[in-house]
Amino acid sequence: MKRPLADRTGAKLSAMLAAGETSATAILASSQSRIDAVDGEVRALLTPTPQLAAERAEELDVYLSTGAPQSPVAGIPVAVKDVLTTNGIRTTCGSKILEGYVPPYDATAWTRLSGAGAVLVGKTNCDEFAMGSSNENSAYGPVHNPWDLDRVPGGSSGGSAAAVAAGEAVWALGTDTGGSVRQPASLCGVVGLKPTYGRISRYGLIAFASSLDTVGTFTRSVRDAGSMLQVLAGHDPRDATSLDAPVPDYGVHLDDGVAGLRVGVVEEAFGEGVEPGVGASVRAAVERLAALGAEVGEVALPHATYALSAYYLIAPSECSSNLARYDGVRYGLRAEGAHTDSIEMMFQTRGQGFGPEVKRRIMLGTYALSAGYYDAYYGQAQKVRTLVIRDYETAFERFDILVSPTSPTTAFRIGEKADDPMAMYLNDIFTIPANLAGVPAVSVPCGLDDAGLPIGIQLTAPALDEQTLLRAAHALESDLDLDLRPPLVARL
Amino acid sequence: MGAYEAVIGLECHVELSTATKMFCPCANTFGAEPNTNTCAVCLGHPGTLPVPNREAIARIIKIGLALGSEIAPHSIFHRKNYFYPDMPKNYQISQYDLPICVGGHLDVESGDGSTTRIGITRVHMEEDTGKTQHGSASGRIHDATHASIDFNRAGVPLVECVSEPDIRSPEEAAAYLRELRATLASLDVSDVKMEEGSLRCDANVSLRPAGAEAFGTKVEIKNMNSIRSLERALTFEIERQTAALEAGEPIVQETRHWNEDAGATASMRSKEEAFDYRYFPEPDIPALEPDPAWIEEIRSTIPELPRARRERYVREFALPPEVAQVLVANQASAALFDGAVDGGADPGIAANWVTQDVAALRNAAADDGVLTPEHIVDVVGLIADGTVSNAGAKQALEASFATGEPVADAVARLGLTQVSDAGAVGALADEVIAENPDVVQKFLDGKEGVIGFLVGQLMQKAAGAANPKLAQELLRERLQG
Repeated sequence: MKRPLADRTGAKLSAMLAAGETSATAILASSQSRIDAVDGEVRALLTPTPQLAAERAEELDVYLSTGAPQSPVAGIPVAVKDVLTTNGIRTTCGSKILEGYVPPYDATAWTRLSGAGAVLVGKTNCDEFAMGSSNENSAYGPVHNPWDLDRVPGGSSGGSAAAVAAGEAVWALGTDTGGSVRQPASLCGVVGLKPTYGRISRYGLIAFASSLDTVGTFTRSVRDAGSMLQVLAGHDPRDATSLDAPVPDYGVHLDDGVAGLRVGVVEEAFGEGVEPGVGASVRAAVERLAALGAEVGEVALPHATYALSAYYLIAPSECSSNLARYDGVRYGLRAEGAHTDSIEMMFQTRGQGFGPEVKRRIMLGTYALSAGYYDAYYGQAQKVRTLVIRDYETAFERFDILVSPTSPTTAFRIGEKADDPMAMYLNDIFTIPANLAGVPAVSVPCGLDDAGLPIGIQLTAPALDEQTLLRAAHALESDLDLDLRPPLVARL
Repeated sequence: MGAYEAVIGLECHVELSTATKMFCPCANTFGAEPNTNTCAVCLGHPGTLPVPNREAIARIIKIGLALGSEIAPHSIFHRKNYFYPDMPKNYQISQYDLPICVGGHLDVESGDGSTTRIGITRVHMEEDTGKTQHGSASGRIHDATHASIDFNRAGVPLVECVSEPDIRSPEEAAAYLRELRATLASLDVSDVKMEEGSLRCDANVSLRPAGAEAFGTKVEIKNMNSIRSLERALTFEIERQTAALEAGEPIVQETRHWNEDAGATASMRSKEEAFDYRYFPEPDIPALEPDPAWIEEIRSTIPELPRARRERYVREFALPPEVAQVLVANQASAALFDGAVDGGADPGIAANWVTQDVAALRNAAADDGVLTPEHIVDVVGLIADGTVSNAGAKQALEASFATGEPVADAVARLGLTQVSDAGAVGALADEVIAENPDVVQKFLDGKEGVIGFLVGQLMQKAAGAANPKLAQELLRERLQG
């Protein structure tokens, strides 16, 4: 049976468009029918935008029919995580406090994709304010993993990962603060790229932890991740932390292979807590890299064990400040009823508007920044962060790429860890260090476990070396040649 | 007081008059319709980010250089966290332990001509908040039924200048604030209008036994809206603390609110109620590391500062120090004066015109008028050559003040040209002598002072257009024969 357009890669669709073999309207129709077929069960989309998408696709077809230059992004159905603002389209962050919020501007990441011709199919569900690893913290209900609807898709960008895995969108934007792109990509069997901190503008990324937040991509191939990054990367005058470094051509070395590339295996990441199936699959993938000519060795990140603790001080600290603006004064939810004064109104609004995990982190962060505790908590965590950065610097003196499992486990059942924050937090143990150091990392599917659930391998590169990162990931992906289709999709 | 010495430090907030706000491209103007100078960034919309205004950074560096501060090679912004409805993000982007300008001083002249050096602790960059108006019949917050917020001011670049506790009296505090205002005005970085809030001042004050080293417990006073209210508030507070100490009561560390109408301070919040601002480094803005070449470029734009200018006026033009003080305190006055002197006007006379007559016109009109240095040059010249009397010149200048009309034209149009023709004035002198035989007799009896009355009579006849010097000469000539 011929594969539906919705299940193809962006590169394939772009080539078909260029050859006149399909149209933006036809591609969108395929994605749209998939949404209609599965999203009632997957629940990846909080706000579908079928009308706008249809208009956009028609405009694109008119444009493409002129034979004008075509971006590899043009005509590709894209889903956008609901923590990235979209002008005139409801953006909730998965929170009640922003239930009716319609932003007056587009996030730079979406401006760039949209400007290159991407078609928005909708805003995706996520953990509230991107805080979570299972998507169960959304105020609008959980997302279901297309590989097993009883399981979580990972988080916090669970809706984006699930949408791409299920063919509801060809690509998706997510955000990654401690693994929120890579971990759900791993659990949903898609490619999840978190570029270097600052490589993509954060303008319009509704902040969770500003020094860690990174816009990332979901695709069904590494090549597509490069195509998205090509459009997304670059300095933005609206984000003072966006990097002003040149943007290389991410396609030009993609097929150069890994011969001679020095690959360091992070040995600590195969210990306790890692499911045997995950460990075995990732080790097998490492063997493939060696077979392809990579020089494989062992590497240690000695301070990575402290990274989780440091992260859970730094991220909540920044979050406690970033989320202070949701007070009912200017936009979003305002608590009903008579209030004795405006401060009382603000407190009531926040009490009603935020979910339990968000409140937990606001309280953690408020405490960590308090007078008398700052040095012991926030200050100490920043020192650990510096040590983690040095670990990477040392590791990258000997290696070009580091590898580890993306997540210690495959997708777990909805509700399984919901009452145990520590177990949930441990899910991000391998992804968090790259956020603390700001280095780029990607999760690539490397197999299925005994239950038929996807496993991801994480590759990490030095800051701004996405070229090498994508090259290694592409070599592995090509060699493994997995044809991953969730049962839900295969059934259709 | 005698037994106690006051120890005062001032924290001044200065809104910079940059074209745009500190972290977004919104216009920075005073008095616009509420909530018109706003955008997603300064309203704190989700996902927006602050981008520092380079011109504002240049201006704070200029201020630091003028105050002799060290410009830090590395400084960072911090977030100051507290909830307040008119602060859009519920944190203020400010600076904490690594400000842009470190140290410095301001030399303040006392009335007796001596100079006191007041240390500057730091000058740092931050953003202003919006303004809340409480809606109630009485206009008082306690009865308010609702509040309206204007976010036009939110995100306006704000410089905080913190002095060392080197000030010893309310008068010295006022002198410091005047000197700071004049300095900032000369740098052209702010409107420095206390009445519009572009210059604001809080004071820390404590008392200690005269001669003691250790500081007493300090009290912070807020809400002084003029230099006069600063002086009044400090005077009140020093008296209050003195009375407390003399009665054996401890001073409570607290923040007190100055009530202008009541002429008193009242407790706002105690140390225990003070906010924990949870300062931490602002992750959205990279460290400021200004290029030394840029700093030098900024240094080259610093004009002659008020103190140097006053000294020059006294030294070069022999102006009395208090006249020099008044001239330099107002940027427009000093410029008018300098131009007039450059144009050839006698400096002493020009200074009097600028500090008295022009100042009076400005006050009456509540604006700066359109006078140029040429107007002053002409006034001085036309009086010197007898074309117009002092009184006539004042009248002409008033016309020129509003319209810019050349003084000579105003004199002619208003018929203020003096009669300096000896024949015409002599005829009037004859009339006055004939009409006032009693007064003439007094003069002849040796009461020479009455000549003033006779000159006055003559001027009246001439409707003010006679040259009074000539009139007196001719009267004397006739009487003394």
